[in-house]
Amino acid sequence: MIPVLLIVIPLVTGLAGFFEKSGRRARSWSLLSSLLTLAVSLWGLSLDKSSGLLHADVEWLPELGSRFAVGLDGLSTILSLLTAICFPLIFIATWRDEYRGRSWNFYALMLLSQAGLMGVFLATDALLFYFFWELALIPVYFLCSQWGGEKRIAVTFKFFVYTFVGSLLMLIGLIWIYWHTPDHSFAMQSFYAMRAKIPAKDQMWLFWILFIAFAIKMPIWPLHTWQPDTYEQAPTATTMVLSALMVKMGLFGVIRWLAPVVPAGTWAWGDTVSAGCIIGMIYASLVAIRQDDLKRLIAYSSIAHVGLMCLAIFATTSIGMQGVMIQLFNHGINILGMWIVVDLIERQTGTRKISQLGGLAQKAPGLAILLVVVALANIALPLTNGFVGEFLLFSGVFTSKATQYNVVFTVVAGLTTILSAVYTLNMIRRVFFGSTNALTDRVTDIRVNEKIVLAVIVMIIVFVGVYPKPVLDLTKETAEFILGKMNYKL
Amino acid sequence: MNAIILSAVWGVVMMFSGIVTQSKTVIRNVAVLGLALLLIGNYADMTGHHLLVIEVHKMLFFDSFGLLGNSIAFASTLLLVLLSGRDMEKIGHNLAEYYALIFFVLCGVSLVTTFNSLLMLFLGIEILSIPLYILTGSDKKNLKSNEAALKYFLMGAFSTGLMLLGIAFLYGASATGTFIIDDLWTAKPAVSPLLMSGLLLLLVSIAFKVSAAPFHFWTPDVYDGAPTVFTSFMATIVKVSIFIGFVRLFDEGFGAGAAQWQIFVAIIAAATLFIGNITAVFQQSVKRMLAYSSIAQAGFMLLALLALTRVAKEGIILYAAAYSLATIGIFAILIRMKDYTFEGFNGLAKQQPLLAATCTIFLLSLAGIPLTGGFFAKYYMLAAVVSTGKFMWLVVFAVLCAAVSAYYYFRVIQAMYFKEGDAATETAPSAGFKGLLVLLAALVLVLGVFPQALLNQLYAFIYTW
Repeated sequence: MIPVLLIVIPLVTGLAGFFEKSGRRARSWSLLSSLLTLAVSLWGLSLDKSSGLLHADVEWLPELGSRFAVGLDGLSTILSLLTAICFPLIFIATWRDEYRGRSWNFYALMLLSQAGLMGVFLATDALLFYFFWELALIPVYFLCSQWGGEKRIAVTFKFFVYTFVGSLLMLIGLIWIYWHTPDHSFAMQSFYAMRAKIPAKDQMWLFWILFIAFAIKMPIWPLHTWQPDTYEQAPTATTMVLSALMVKMGLFGVIRWLAPVVPAGTWAWGDTVSAGCIIGMIYASLVAIRQDDLKRLIAYSSIAHVGLMCLAIFATTSIGMQGVMIQLFNHGINILGMWIVVDLIERQTGTRKISQLGGLAQKAPGLAILLVVVALANIALPLTNGFVGEFLLFSGVFTSKATQYNVVFTVVAGLTTILSAVYTLNMIRRVFFGSTNALTDRVTDIRVNEKIVLAVIVMIIVFVGVYPKPVLDLTKETAEFILGKMNYKL
Repeated sequence: MNAIILSAVWGVVMMFSGIVTQSKTVIRNVAVLGLALLLIGNYADMTGHHLLVIEVHKMLFFDSFGLLGNSIAFASTLLLVLLSGRDMEKIGHNLAEYYALIFFVLCGVSLVTTFNSLLMLFLGIEILSIPLYILTGSDKKNLKSNEAALKYFLMGAFSTGLMLLGIAFLYGASATGTFIIDDLWTAKPAVSPLLMSGLLLLLVSIAFKVSAAPFHFWTPDVYDGAPTVFTSFMATIVKVSIFIGFVRLFDEGFGAGAAQWQIFVAIIAAATLFIGNITAVFQQSVKRMLAYSSIAQAGFMLLALLALTRVAKEGIILYAAAYSLATIGIFAILIRMKDYTFEGFNGLAKQQPLLAATCTIFLLSLAGIPLTGGFFAKYYMLAAVVSTGKFMWLVVFAVLCAAVSAYYYFRVIQAMYFKEGDAATETAPSAGFKGLLVLLAALVLVLGVFPQALLNQLYAFIYTW
């Protein structure tokens, strides 16, 4: 019941949004819709785990062995909650952004992308998962191509083709597994039951055919080239969706549909993927240091952070898996905070070039305080949520039995934390401190709607940083469950 | 049987309607009535109600696979006439004859989908082809139309010759001298060269008819030169019906020896996918792009021929419906455009939001995005081949080609939505036209969510002659 509502509310309100014919009304409409989704999501959180309301399973395509099956377990709860929290925050934070042309379509498409994301996170049927996986992409394609920056059409198309190739390959993998399930079923249980039955030889190629789709979405080096361009060109609200939520689709896919289904392949290729993650983390951090554009800087920092999470998944330790699940949530919240600050700066000064900015702290002290908290969370200082997550991730990688290079991985990945401090603090110094110039003189402090959003984000950051237990409790069971499936020898 | 009789009779009715009345509206309405009758007649056939009971001596075999194929062809033609009938009137003065020829093509179609003897296949292909040569050249004062008709005729006649030779070989190779397809491969301990060469000749000639590479060279010129309404007709109804016949022939006739010839089909499919998709990328005219896209889609349909499982047969039916609906929709919009190039579509979303929105749905369906019929069509094709466990390289190659196809389909979407321009339609589209487009888009979406709505028809009627 609840997972169905989480998909249907944004879907229906989104479709209705096309007929608003007024940007202002559509804006309020979409905020209302997203708040309603949030309320439903919180309702789901308050229910007991055994409640029947948390699952739905309806006949869909009986001949194909696919059902409309959705459900909330620890992993999907945390991600659907993240989605439900992010959308209202995005709408409030970008309340004053103007969209040219038929602006009500913008809000309608945003809601449709929310429906797609919810579907991806909630589906417990592989074909349904694939359905939503593709559907989440289409509204984003239109959002970026219509309302993005100058080079939007080419850049968005590159993004689209990348992900489309990945998802089609994934489809082959899913179909292959489907034909090999004894009852020809796409259900998650049937897929998990296959993990010991698929011959190791087949798991070797199945792993890649599925993983490429997820690796592109995350993105993992060397498949990341679409990301900085797309983040830079997309309208800020969509960039927020892309970086806070859509990259999670890749990590989620690995945890739910890859590692437990082809565990032998995951073990065999773990080191290869981890090496890619490590290279990507170092590379992205180094590039981020040299970036002058705020959006690109955050884009590269996101590659580094996601790389660490992927590394921890392949470490196959209980503590690391817990870390991934909590960090999925944290990273979404933190990066959303970063984007909101960038959006504020860009709207007021008209530029995102770090070299042209300076002295903002004098003009906008409120903004500066909030940004520093978010930035500290981004570089994982104690008392922030980032610390909890990254601490778990690092200890997970360090204690990993799945690889013999665990020490090397931990040390090199640890370096990126330092690099992350370098580019983040450097960015704060150059943007917020120093002397003001002609551009930054005009800046005023943040308004009430932005204050609310950033305050909420800071509250979540500090709360999870000081008292992460509720989140850990929520995901503990699922993390153990997935790990049990990944351990194919048992 | 109803369909064969009705289409032939109504073709004659259409010819005489041109003598009785000069009113274009009346002629069009008679055609619409005829198509509706055909649909009903075919449905009656499926449920076991026949106009005439004729002993066909196993020459024809009416199973729900072929009859459902007929239904798709007739329904698509009906939609085509309703959407683009008015545009047919602009081609020339012989409106009644055009309709008559269309009915004769449909007669050929219903033979090709239900044949059980190679002679009937040959007759069907000929009955279907000859009116098409005429329709291609129906824009008499247009050089390109004339060139297309001549090219089509010469190449088509040649391929028909090959087909006849192949049939003769097969006749000679069969133990008892038979044209019945069920008996072609029975009790053959070893494959004789005669049988194999006959089979390959048939494969080549039908590959020519469905414009599979490397026998596709006529397609772009003919599709480009023919009046756009008839291009739409050829690229959809005719092509998918021949495909249904194609699957029927290889399933019933040569299915037992699939291992012997599958590799040829795989190579043709790979070549078709590659050439169709890559060449479509470089086109500047949407009409030519659609010609190449129809080649590329044929490549995907060939996967059904490769697998020949139950899923493959369901898939080809679904593919036929999804592909026809989407392509007819796009062509109907294209006909109304002033400029057939990609630039001609620039800014269409601002001028005609509804046309652009429906066109987007059709294009997404052709690209195979979920929630549209095209997704499940492609899904069935891939699933069918994967289930056989062979030719995984071709499956991977096919999806990579599908990704390429996104490039040229999305170019139209980009032009309509994201580029500035003043795309103009020749005349303002009427409310009826828009309503039909919405209906068509809705059908595409229904197939994309509940493909079983169509496929269950395959099993709803168990009927043999």
